[in-house]
Amino acid sequence: MKITIASGKGGTGKTTISTNLSSYLAKEADVVLADLDVEEPNSKLFIEGNLIFEKACDKMVPQWKKEECTLCGNCEEVCRFNAVIKVGDEILVFPELCHSCYACSELCPTESLPMMPQKIGELKHFKTENLDFVEGRLDIGEEQAVPLISQVIEYIDEKFSQDTIKLFDAPPGTSCPVIEASRGSDFVILVTESTPFGLNDLKLAVETMRVLCQKFGVVINRHGIGDNGVEEYCNAEGIPIIAKIPNDRRVAELYSKGELIYPKIQEFETALKQIAQFVGGVK
Amino acid sequence: MKEVVIISGKGGTGKTSFAASFAYLEKENAVIADCDVDAANMHLLLEADFRYQEDFYSGEIAVIDEENCINCGECKEVCRFDAIHVIDDQHRVDPISCEGCWYCSRVCPVEAIDMKTQKVGDFYLSMTKAQSEMVHAKLGFAAENSGKLVAKVKNEAKKLTLANKKEFLIVDGSPGVGCPVISSLSGADLALLVTEATVSGLHDLKRVYKLVKSFNIEAACIINKYDLNIDVTKEIEAFLEEEDITLITKIAYDETFAKALSQAKTIIEYGDSSLKTEIEKSWQYIKNILRS
Ligand code: SF4
Ligand code: SF4
Ligand code: SF4
Ligand code: SF4
Repeated sequence: MKITIASGKGGTGKTTISTNLSSYLAKEADVVLADLDVEEPNSKLFIEGNLIFEKACDKMVPQWKKEECTLCGNCEEVCRFNAVIKVGDEILVFPELCHSCYACSELCPTESLPMMPQKIGELKHFKTENLDFVEGRLDIGEEQAVPLISQVIEYIDEKFSQDTIKLFDAPPGTSCPVIEASRGSDFVILVTESTPFGLNDLKLAVETMRVLCQKFGVVINRHGIGDNGVEEYCNAEGIPIIAKIPNDRRVAELYSKGELIYPKIQEFETALKQIAQFVGGVK
Repeated sequence: MKEVVIISGKGGTGKTSFAASFAYLEKENAVIADCDVDAANMHLLLEADFRYQEDFYSGEIAVIDEENCINCGECKEVCRFDAIHVIDDQHRVDPISCEGCWYCSRVCPVEAIDMKTQKVGDFYLSMTKAQSEMVHAKLGFAAENSGKLVAKVKNEAKKLTLANKKEFLIVDGSPGVGCPVISSLSGADLALLVTEATVSGLHDLKRVYKLVKSFNIEAACIINKYDLNIDVTKEIEAFLEEEDITLITKIAYDETFAKALSQAKTIIEYGDSSLKTEIEKSWQYIKNILRS
């Protein structure tokens, strides 16, 4: 079972919910949590575990071999992303712009642009007493999150069995990285806040899930801090509200220290139970 | 013209509330740009009127002409993005997976593949309730290239600021450390880092500052919710000192942010509060830095 935890905007409590939910579920089941917010991974701050595996993640980019190159310019013409250009009698490759489509490489008449791996980030696998945790971390200045996210998902698919509950902490927003983190999932939990910002972002996230034909439901975090807009919207659209987590300064304080919330705050644990029951029933 | 970009690495630090409040204070003397195109929110607080809209095209997707396609499978063979599938004995492109690389169209023996430009979002110019002009955008769902849309928002906002001889350009930056935030930072005079006193706030501050530093942009910082965790606040202050980042102010945990938001008001309009005074002073301080 794969569950993605997403939100239209950052700071709605997505990480709080995924870390707490995974720890809560791990009491009774095999659980792996993956932090796919590769630009800002910080689930690790809430989970103490031992590093059991790490590897560099690469993407494939062409590398110019000048010996056989006839300077025909075909590669420059072929690349739609301006990642390879001909300057004088040299071919320059800009790895940040490359989408690894292989076109320049495979269409080069002299095989002068072999695809080579280039590091874009890291994958780390930690283990706590009963929870596995995997994070992807993009190197600073790298522009493309998607290849790294897909490698983390691949790693999890390989390493863990069908019966393991897989929780994906998705990046914020509604663009490519979120799609990559959501599309293979059985269910998406959208975390939002009951404010006009939360509502605006939730609507965008809902549109995205509908395009992807994803099953999804909403968790309202910091309930009571704003207005009723989110609830009214969900009711009107027939979107299930899985749980409402009350606004509580103590949650913010525990969060600020990097501590888990549910062992200390009863209402939070109740909400996790509701989420667990709901997703259990979705299958 | 002086440009300040407000960024936070992580969301939920109050970044947009600060940006909107500064914009409200500066009135028609500033141009506003919302570069958080993935989850644009500023228009709600500043009552943008969406007076001008333009489609934003970027990237392309492959479209197979089924009449001419001979189902040879060449395209599927070369596509590295698993975007071509055989459905009901016909090769078809999944538009969400297609990266628009053109490889398939170059190898199709019967030229049955067309590349079509895609609308990926909307670009807007608005007047706000603060009487300032605002440049913003909305990225379509399942779209990519938000970096390009951010760059467009930034460039148009810059042009507008110069053309109308405004003193300040206030930019609500993009989240993360990837392509969009790089686009939103480029060319700024000052990066205002809004962080909060949480372990993840500090962690993200350090990551995003690396980026700011690599662009050689002067940085200043506001610590929000500093009283949530005094120890982390001290760590943040130590970090700022070490990196020579100006600390503008520290702001206590305050539900006024959410309350003002729920009425679609900036902190400045919401009524007199210590928070309002603090934000007014902060903006003055930031202006002094920008002018010096
Ligand atoms: S396509 Fe190959 S041979 Fe032609 S210029 Fe490029 S690298 Fe050289
Ligand atoms: S692999 Fe594709 S994107 Fe990369 S340089 Fe070659 S043609 Fe351009
Ligand atoms: S390469 Fe052209 S003809 Fe062959 S399956 Fe693809 S679209 Fe059809
Ligand atoms: S344009 Fe590129 S990504 Fe899109 S279908 Fe063709 S080969 Fe695949």
